[in-house]
Amino acid sequence: MYTLVRGLLLFFTVVVAVWLIILIANLGGAMDKIIESQIKEQVGLRLMDPYIQQLPEAERRRLYEEQLEILRREYGLDRPFIERAVRYLLNGITLNFGYAEKVSSDTGSRQVRLILLERLPHTLLLWGTAQFLLFFLSVFVALMLSRRYGSMWDRLVVALAPTSAPPAWFYGIILILIFASLLRVLPYGGFVDAPPPPTRLGYVLSVLKHMILPVLSVIVGAIFASIYSWRTFFLIYSSEDYVELARAKGLTGRAIERRYILRPTLPPIVTNFALMLISVWMGGIITETVFAWPGLGRMLYEAIGHNDTPVIVGANAIYGYLLALSVFLLDIVYAALDPRVRVGATGGQRL
Amino acid sequence: MSAIWLRLKELRRYPSAVIGLVVVALLLLMSIYAVVRYPYGKAISLWRAGEVAWLENPRNAAPLWLNWFGADLPPTIVLGSDQARVLENQDLGGGVHRRLLSFSIDYLWRGGFPSEIALFYEASYQRTPPQAVLRWRTPDGREISLGTQTLRESGRYLISGDTTLARRLGGISPQVALFRDPWAKGDQARPLPGRYELLVELYTFDPQATANLKFIAYGRVHGWAGTDHLRRDLTLALLWGAPIAIAFGMTVALTLTFWYLFVSALGAWFGGWVDAVIDRLTELRMILPLLPILIMVGMFWSRSIWIILAVLIVYGLIGGSKSYRAMYLQARASPYIEAARAYGAGNFRIILRYLMPRFLPLSIPAFVQAIPGYVFLEASLAILGLGDPLLPTWGKVIQDAYSRGALYLGYYYWILIPAAMLFITGIGFAFIGFALDRIFNPRLRSL
Repeated sequence: MYTLVRGLLLFFTVVVAVWLIILIANLGGAMDKIIESQIKEQVGLRLMDPYIQQLPEAERRRLYEEQLEILRREYGLDRPFIERAVRYLLNGITLNFGYAEKVSSDTGSRQVRLILLERLPHTLLLWGTAQFLLFFLSVFVALMLSRRYGSMWDRLVVALAPTSAPPAWFYGIILILIFASLLRVLPYGGFVDAPPPPTRLGYVLSVLKHMILPVLSVIVGAIFASIYSWRTFFLIYSSEDYVELARAKGLTGRAIERRYILRPTLPPIVTNFALMLISVWMGGIITETVFAWPGLGRMLYEAIGHNDTPVIVGANAIYGYLLALSVFLLDIVYAALDPRVRVGATGGQRL
Repeated sequence: MSAIWLRLKELRRYPSAVIGLVVVALLLLMSIYAVVRYPYGKAISLWRAGEVAWLENPRNAAPLWLNWFGADLPPTIVLGSDQARVLENQDLGGGVHRRLLSFSIDYLWRGGFPSEIALFYEASYQRTPPQAVLRWRTPDGREISLGTQTLRESGRYLISGDTTLARRLGGISPQVALFRDPWAKGDQARPLPGRYELLVELYTFDPQATANLKFIAYGRVHGWAGTDHLRRDLTLALLWGAPIAIAFGMTVALTLTFWYLFVSALGAWFGGWVDAVIDRLTELRMILPLLPILIMVGMFWSRSIWIILAVLIVYGLIGGSKSYRAMYLQARASPYIEAARAYGAGNFRIILRYLMPRFLPLSIPAFVQAIPGYVFLEASLAILGLGDPLLPTWGKVIQDAYSRGALYLGYYYWILIPAAMLFITGIGFAFIGFALDRIFNPRLRSL
């Protein structure tokens, strides 16, 4: 019952979020005027054709009105904004994305689903690689450091933690400057060489070469703060009384780590991992722009530039769903991993 | 409050925090200097004026201090009519007057050629505009004719942009051809150091006619931060970046930190539907993607930094903080709250006097650590081309440089200096934040 209510509440939250996005994307309907004037210009250009120009005035007038009407229907301007907003909302919520208004996929399709699907692999490849490396590297190094607490390396990482204040794109620009501009060993950006290498192996290698700098910038931008926070986290747990007891019992360091430190810290690690997976989906709008990486983040930026509401709503609806879903799943995963939460959940609504 | 002050004093024991405090203090001084030296309106008008306000600055010049590291690049040389020597002065009769002026330039820089050379003029006359016959004399005594110019009212003869002249000089840009060492071996052209002379034979055709000349050899270094593609002195942008970044970051971080502290206390204390509403709103904020919203606001509505600031705060005001809520829920059951209730304290008295002060220390590191995030957020928007349309900010300078291919063209200073400012600011606050975290978080103290 609790789970059901929680699920419904989260769903409602997603609906409100998507609705807000629609309102902002359309400026509450003010965008219609801009689109209307763009349509008029478009129709005017179409009627510049010499054949049409020699038609009588009344005929030209009629054609103009006709074309205008067709385009207005295409953009949905024949309906009031509220009605369209409801349609956008319903389509977004039911993940029935329909057609983009202006943006198209590289293959020329106007289907939002195809546009999103086309960009998704690029984003998953880049951000998946970067975040996985970052996550496992920092958890691993953090465990090692927590074992050698107070050593030179440990103090170095603590001192370097503030370097994670600048975001990935910032390090991206610096890395481009060093490796592309000064040393000329890696490309400035993009996904693959132009023209793409003919062989499959050559293609893969070229993509990998283009991935090095973006991946590195994500890792450099976050690694020290990430290691620092995990290390502190492990240290807090390894100073618990039950760990002291285990140590007193004479258990080996590895067994203590596995059974008494990693086990209770698993829920936060899982939470972090799940949130990381979601951030992978959205990628970095700015980092992708800086590296000219053809991913979802950059596509969303382009869609916003064209004010393509279906695409904006589609991308954000998926994002909202994924976030809500993970919040929901985490409640369950927590209960599965942490018996204390399980007892708390069935033990009534005390706190 | 004095307890917090005592704790803050502990910052002295952390070297990194001391560095951070020094950095922040320097930034504050820089901000004050920027605002006093170039008041808001003046800064905007200078930055937006276009080339007119910066005519005597070179384009894309590196910072001056590059020469300290052996670059030996020329600065800009400006010579006005008053600095010219009058070699001959003749009245040719019938109102015609001939003067021979010499502008001499001691060019001693071996690291490069001027970026541009130009002759500005301002003439007043009755019917026939004055004429100027230009000759160039190199240190080794060669003389190169630069042709004749008719000085109509006011204008500029861009010598380095004269393609006819360039063709006559063997297809080499005039600013290189005029200053090069003709006996230099190898492919690379080298400047010949020494005294150059621009000889101007000036003819005026009525007694009242005047002609004012100004010769400019644009350099390759300028000011502390160099110049951009519009000849603007980047020092202005670097100075003004500081107050904007600090004001922006501090305002958002301060407002939202206190809001979360307050609204989470409200929810946790009253419970019931108040808590439910606040908690739902918090989840709503977690789902609303901030950056796309800011991009939409920037693209469709306004790029003004004040509007972006307002949107950020409004966005932050949606709901409270999950972690504060959890802490308040624990604190609600403590005996000291019980005691307060027993003596008859009202709801808001308990929230403001007992609940919030207890967690205020915990929010101080969070506040300081949040500042760099907002500073970089402003820069992020600028990188996407959504920076403030009027004010110069560090992010906007980076974006200008990046979009104009500074990295391809080798204008590294154009990106590196504003990037360094952002980095120093971010790290400065982060240093203080990390140290504060250790001071105010008892669990971290020994770690």
